[in-house]
Amino acid sequence: MYVAVKGGEAAIRNAHSLLADRRRGDRSVPALRLDQIVEQLALGVDRVMSEGSLYDLELAALAIVQARGDMIEAIFLVRAYRTTLPRFGYSNPIDTGAMLVERRVSATYKDLPGGQLLGPTFDYTHRLLDPELAAGANVAAPLRRETEAQAMPRVSAILAREGLIEPDGEMPQDHVPGDITREPLEFPMARDIRLQALSRGDEGFLLALGYSTQRGYARNHPFVGEIRIGEVELELDVPELPFAAPLGTVRVTECQMVNQFKGSAKAPPQFTRGYGLVFGQSERKAMAMALCDRALRASELGEDIIAAAQDEEFVISHSDNVQATGFVEHLKLPHYVDFQAELDLVRRMRAEYEARKNPAKVDEKREAAE
Amino acid sequence: MTDIATYNFAYLDEQTKRMIRRAILKGIAIPGYQVPFASREMPMPYGWGTGGVQVTASIIGPDDVLKVIDQGADDTTNAVSIRAFFKKVANVAVTTDTAGATIIQTRHRIPEHPLTAGQVLVYQVPIPEPLRFLEPRETETRKMHALEEYGLMHVKLYEDIAKHGRIATTYAYPVKVEGRYVMDPSPTPKFDNPKMHRSPALQLFGAGREKRIYAVPPFTDVVSLDFEDHPFEVQTFDQPCALCAAENVYLDEVILDDHGGHMFVCSDTDHCEKRRQEGHRGHLAPEIHLASEKVEPAQ
Repeated sequence: MYVAVKGGEAAIRNAHSLLADRRRGDRSVPALRLDQIVEQLALGVDRVMSEGSLYDLELAALAIVQARGDMIEAIFLVRAYRTTLPRFGYSNPIDTGAMLVERRVSATYKDLPGGQLLGPTFDYTHRLLDPELAAGANVAAPLRRETEAQAMPRVSAILAREGLIEPDGEMPQDHVPGDITREPLEFPMARDIRLQALSRGDEGFLLALGYSTQRGYARNHPFVGEIRIGEVELELDVPELPFAAPLGTVRVTECQMVNQFKGSAKAPPQFTRGYGLVFGQSERKAMAMALCDRALRASELGEDIIAAAQDEEFVISHSDNVQATGFVEHLKLPHYVDFQAELDLVRRMRAEYEARKNPAKVDEKREAAE
Repeated sequence: MTDIATYNFAYLDEQTKRMIRRAILKGIAIPGYQVPFASREMPMPYGWGTGGVQVTASIIGPDDVLKVIDQGADDTTNAVSIRAFFKKVANVAVTTDTAGATIIQTRHRIPEHPLTAGQVLVYQVPIPEPLRFLEPRETETRKMHALEEYGLMHVKLYEDIAKHGRIATTYAYPVKVEGRYVMDPSPTPKFDNPKMHRSPALQLFGAGREKRIYAVPPFTDVVSLDFEDHPFEVQTFDQPCALCAAENVYLDEVILDDHGGHMFVCSDTDHCEKRRQEGHRGHLAPEIHLASEKVEPAQ
């Protein structure tokens, strides 16, 4: 006898209490503190801030622990919180030329004003698992630069002096920067909107697309003009004040990709640029973003659109991992009403198919039934 | 640490609610037209009803009585979860009673009990664009709507008839609203399409991931697309509900064992329970006393 399936409420409650238990794990192991995550899983925190579009180390750490380390789930938690915050205004554009630089490398010049600074990088580490780290060995303090840092002009400014590279794009005087968190996306989109979408886009998705351009699907001959990581000042114009009010600093990674360009009907031969900017330290993401940005400028530069990475509607519509994971995972939800409708249709069509194939058999059956 | 994060009434901030209400008003003014809106991230995943939840959050007030159904049932897990969400963030009264609700949020069904003036039916919509599977590009489909160019849809329906002898669309069956826009009724079975036609209730559609809101105001014409020689038909079932003996309602098939045994029961759980309370009994109805209907007032 069928008894209607009830008790969804209790099932959900119990599932969530089991989730809380599994999240905490063995109670004899000390619980993670948020400052431990902020300090020791900093790049994970950076990714959550970057794709969550909210610069808050503590909330990102909370999201990571609440999500049991599932990064997309953590990004989702942060997004769902940030979207409820009222908007007070928009800061002035940050000046990455005035960045307090911790890392800066250029692949186009051996040396340049301000020099190359490796900073805290995985590059040139040998990927050998470190048993001492597992044993909790003490870590020596790093060396510190003693002299004052010199000014570090951006590589794009150095190249621009010769006129070999396109200048920073100019927006019309009255252009108000868009905000993808406040306005629905429309295609085709201006580059400011596109860069915002790329900056919060999924690292893995952009990485794969950027990689595809390197393997010949819309190859754009990139060089890393410069990657810089460090702190930049945030300022807000307040109408009552005669100066911009400083809000504090944020850490960002900027990548300027320099791309060879043979010229087209629309533009002369020159170096063109792809741009990447993300919160925190994430070179992989900033570089992938710059490759995709350059690929997506195809129509602006008069290039043929031949590959996925150049297709704005395709790339931007599918780059958001919170949207993607939601829609893929919604297939778990019940669909029995629609499935029933399809079941009915398939049964009817199969009956007709059988009747066409074996008219005699169906007639026999009918006679027997009668 | 307790005040590390706080939330507004019905979760969304007031600026966002105003923005969504403007989109709803525009949708009501242009029935069936998909209004782009700046959809927010919600605390449930995209594809799980975020559009419907945003619409409900923007129109709900402390005096409303909310009903949430998924697949016609009040007790499916996602319906339970969304109902619990509004109890938590808006502290509104919730009910399973179709007639007693002021707002009904739904996924995949329209209740069997006829809706009345003053009620709002909020649909959760995964893909709002009825032309999407014929043309994947938004830039193209918006043009097609603007030019009222729906030939592609008619060709698709015609090809179905040519290949299968019938229109092989069983749910999300396209409709024309007030003689102008072709609209996706959300993935409700086509059985429910006639209920949309000149309904006295306001019907609102929210697609969160796709960032679209559309509406069918009360008493608006909603006509399912068809051909003169292949008129639109709804699903019919050979047997009544096994629990309440209802006919002309939508039924779910329930598998009883692994020898092919199955039964058909009402997909609308509230409707089924009400009928059983009234004494209707199907051939497989168990001998149990049903709890009276569940209304939970605001705390």
